Amino acid sequence: MTETRFSGTDRYVATPDLMMAVDAAVTLGRPLLIKGEPGTGKTQLAAEIAQALQRPLYEWHIKSTSKAHHGLYEYDAVSRLRDSQLGEEKVHDIRNYIMKGSLWEAFESNVQPVLLIDEIDKADIEFPNDLLRELDRMEFFVHETRELIKAAHRPIILITSNNEKELPDAFLRRCFFHYIRFPDAETMEKIVRVHYPALKSELLREALTTFFEVRETPGLRKKPSTSELLDWIKLLLAEDIPPEVLRGDDPKKTIPVLHGALLKNEQDVHLFEQLVFLNRRGSR
Amino acid sequence: MLIHFFTDLRAGGVPVTLPEFLSLLEALEARVAALSAEEFYYLARMAMVKDERHFDRFDRVFAEHFEGAEKLFEKLTADLPPEWLHQLTERLLSEEEKRRVEALGGWDKLLETLRQRLREQQGRHEGGNKWIGTAGTSPFGNQGFNPEGMRMGQATSRHRRAVKVWDARDYRNFDDGIELGTRNLKMGLRRLRRFAREGAAEELDLDGTIDATARNAGLLDIKLQPERRNAVKLLLLLDVGGSMDPHIKVCEELFSAARAEFKHLEYFYFHNFPYERVWKDNRRRFSVITDTWTLLRTFNPDYRVVFVGDATMSPYEIEQPGGSVEHWNEESGRVWMARFTRHFPRLVWLNPEPQDRWEWTPSVAITRELIGDRMFPLTLDGLDRAMRELKRSGSASAQLHATVPHA
Repeated sequence: MTETRFSGTDRYVATPDLMMAVDAAVTLGRPLLIKGEPGTGKTQLAAEIAQALQRPLYEWHIKSTSKAHHGLYEYDAVSRLRDSQLGEEKVHDIRNYIMKGSLWEAFESNVQPVLLIDEIDKADIEFPNDLLRELDRMEFFVHETRELIKAAHRPIILITSNNEKELPDAFLRRCFFHYIRFPDAETMEKIVRVHYPALKSELLREALTTFFEVRETPGLRKKPSTSELLDWIKLLLAEDIPPEVLRGDDPKKTIPVLHGALLKNEQDVHLFEQLVFLNRRGSR
Repeated sequence: MLIHFFTDLRAGGVPVTLPEFLSLLEALEARVAALSAEEFYYLARMAMVKDERHFDRFDRVFAEHFEGAEKLFEKLTADLPPEWLHQLTERLLSEEEKRRVEALGGWDKLLETLRQRLREQQGRHEGGNKWIGTAGTSPFGNQGFNPEGMRMGQATSRHRRAVKVWDARDYRNFDDGIELGTRNLKMGLRRLRRFAREGAAEELDLDGTIDATARNAGLLDIKLQPERRNAVKLLLLLDVGGSMDPHIKVCEELFSAARAEFKHLEYFYFHNFPYERVWKDNRRRFSVITDTWTLLRTFNPDYRVVFVGDATMSPYEIEQPGGSVEHWNEESGRVWMARFTRHFPRLVWLNPEPQDRWEWTPSVAITRELIGDRMFPLTLDGLDRAMRELKRSGSASAQLHATVPHA
């Protein structure tokens, strides 16, 4: 075991398998691909790792228009053309027009950095394949200046994916993979405690029961996730709702109070109302 | 020893490759996992399984392969002879580490603590940071050792343990045997790419600009060009309702893949077979309809037509006027299909039913005959062949496949 083993921070609860995955990725220098339901803390993991291991964090948030070379560098040809019209001196050195991307900056860092490539599945289907050489050997070639940029220290690379597209096999081979499961009741309790240490256990228990029941409702289009639970609890605390209100009446017969934080979809709210209506009719 | 595990995984349907297996061995060598079957499970899964859909298969193979092995595992770690431990540490530990061991209370205390930890481990089955390193002994190494000596943990090893992680089969719901995922569909549809630059000029044409500027004696002359997009035009006609209900998921995936790929995509719905009406909105299919003649007039023969349906119905629905189950159609389905094939020379039919079942239903055979056997199963291979068929210049096939409507 190394000294720098990641075991969660005071704001982030990590399960044993996640700790093991991070440890392995750091020790062997492989990228770690994280998948999971939305809202389970994938993006936050990178920040927490950086904080726990005291390393700088570089983030690259992928958009649907991202191309692989955006992360490396961009060559601003238009500026250079314009400057050449105006007779600027800096035109003569092409280096002035090369804008470094997140990967380049991570490679240049003089301590081992943490690099987050967020939501890699948003980009074009071939995007991950364009990064293979960079991930493998941590180096790339800048055509304009004929330089080879090599990583001074092999960065800890964290890649998150929302599972919107499937990723190509060649890319998957090079990564370690971890799937963050939705936390079970025990882990969920720990997570809530970390964020709200002063929460009364009564309220916590009722809230968790209601939350998991909502998740179990059949036909929900978007199940509420961890971040929504935390928001909801914040609202409950702000409105000072006592636990009896949550427990009160049969939970199947009422929509949970302040459900706007949990159910983000109009269809889901309708579904809930219908179920409540049916239950009421059925039990008459 | 682990090679059998690797081959078993591949036989069990987990797509592991050799480099991934080697990386697992590398991780074991780097001693990432502590002395625990559960940690080894997590490590192996992380290194070798790259998709949560395969987790369940991995769990099953793991359970089968290592069944009973974890008892052996614990027995091995429990029965360490202390002298052997001493000798090993003399050789391997540095001075500083030896001093640390002394600081922890000496060897006997260490072994006692280890024993206690093992008891706790068996009780709770949690990993964590409470392990004291046992001078780097690795149970996976090929060092044999004498199982005699101090026995530890013997009393508790016969008790029932908590359910192992891999026996819990938590990932069963993730495993879908459907090979066809959206990505695969998109890769299949890519065959039908024909990039063209059409439309408003919005992108910087770097080469053109450089050229024009050079000609302009160095004064900047910016040239723009339209964005490059897939110019293929696709008309998608989907069968809904009835026998198509089990295939909704795969059709949805096909639809979303097609939407992402093609800029000019039009879609309509029909039921069982195309007649004189199609519709766009399934909830209003009886009130808001599109006349098929309008369809034929609006979309020129440039469009490639893809029918998606199982072609499963009574043959009367194709052959007879009035045969449709939902309404009275003046002309038979055969007549309408002939119009389609004449107007759109590039036409295919994708059938989500497996190909070996097609011969059981006569309506499938009739449909195939009507479209000149251009029916393909909705699998990767079928999609591939269908796209190839659509790429071919349509005129030759049109003459061959048009059928004359019966009276």
